[in-house]
Amino acid sequence: MHKTVFQKALTACLPVIASFIVIGISFGVVAQSRGFGPLWAASMSTFIFAGSMQFVALELMGSGAGLLTVALTTLMVNLRHVFYGLSMIETYKNTGRAKPYLIFALCDETYSLVCNPPALAPGEEKVFYLLVSAMNHLSWILGSTLGGLLGAALPFSTKGIDFALTALFVSVMAEQWLSTKEHTPALLGLGLSLLCLLLFGPENFLLPAMVLILLSLSLYRLRKGAKA
Amino acid sequence: MSHAALTVAVAALVTVALRFLPFLFFGGKRETPPFIAYLGRVLPSAIMAMLVVYCLRNLDLTALPFGIPELLSCTVVVLLHVWKRNTILSILGGTACYMLLVQLIF
Repeated sequence: MHKTVFQKALTACLPVIASFIVIGISFGVVAQSRGFGPLWAASMSTFIFAGSMQFVALELMGSGAGLLTVALTTLMVNLRHVFYGLSMIETYKNTGRAKPYLIFALCDETYSLVCNPPALAPGEEKVFYLLVSAMNHLSWILGSTLGGLLGAALPFSTKGIDFALTALFVSVMAEQWLSTKEHTPALLGLGLSLLCLLLFGPENFLLPAMVLILLSLSLYRLRKGAKA
Repeated sequence: MSHAALTVAVAALVTVALRFLPFLFFGGKRETPPFIAYLGRVLPSAIMAMLVVYCLRNLDLTALPFGIPELLSCTVVVLLHVWKRNTILSILGGTACYMLLVQLIF
């Protein structure tokens, strides 16, 4: 049977849509539990559209962090997007008026799908990229909004649900640990963050930790002879 | 604008800037500077470790419950992840474990 480009995009996106709705709901519920209702969750998911950063932003919103800390934290957490962009320059070259939205909506999962597309007929690429980006974006917004709405109405106590954020980062860290033999960066990040937490206290340690991490990773590269 | 709205605006602006930057500056066929490529490889795992510390920054290991619910649930996340390598399962399992611990025991 000949599949339309819509069917191809939907098939490719289904696992992402499912996980975006589930994680989106937990984001919405956590936001709600911090006093930020469905409208907050929906607008954050619309305009930031970067899962882990949105959870971190909730923390920063609650702790009254300075805007410089917010900007630098976003920079460090989302720096990987620069590399997605770099590798998509060719792919997105001839996408015309869809291009700004394609770039705006290039999150981790969309990137992985667009990098490994199914067999497409000539000329279908642009529509495929656009559908994948929009379906992922919309399911993330839908999940977050649902979570925000459900958060206040769930029939059981949601106390402790904000651990979903910690669990997300721990599982990503575990995944990174399992998929590489190079553990020095993770250990530097862990050690320097703990050191700064002890030295500067819970509300002020992010900035010095980020500076030390950048410095130590630069030194580490020099020591390895800049070939790494 | 409230502090919360400003925080969202700054996070959104920086994220958008990061996504557009390569298309604006490396639109040609220029190579990625090696140092940037290096950071792209090593920074994510260092930052993820920092974020884990950030999430647990208010743990008090010197008073009850000594951070036991958090540390136990983190262990559950790691074990689930090593076992199945399924992010959603790890998150749901760890969060459920934590909710049960803080609601029923601690």
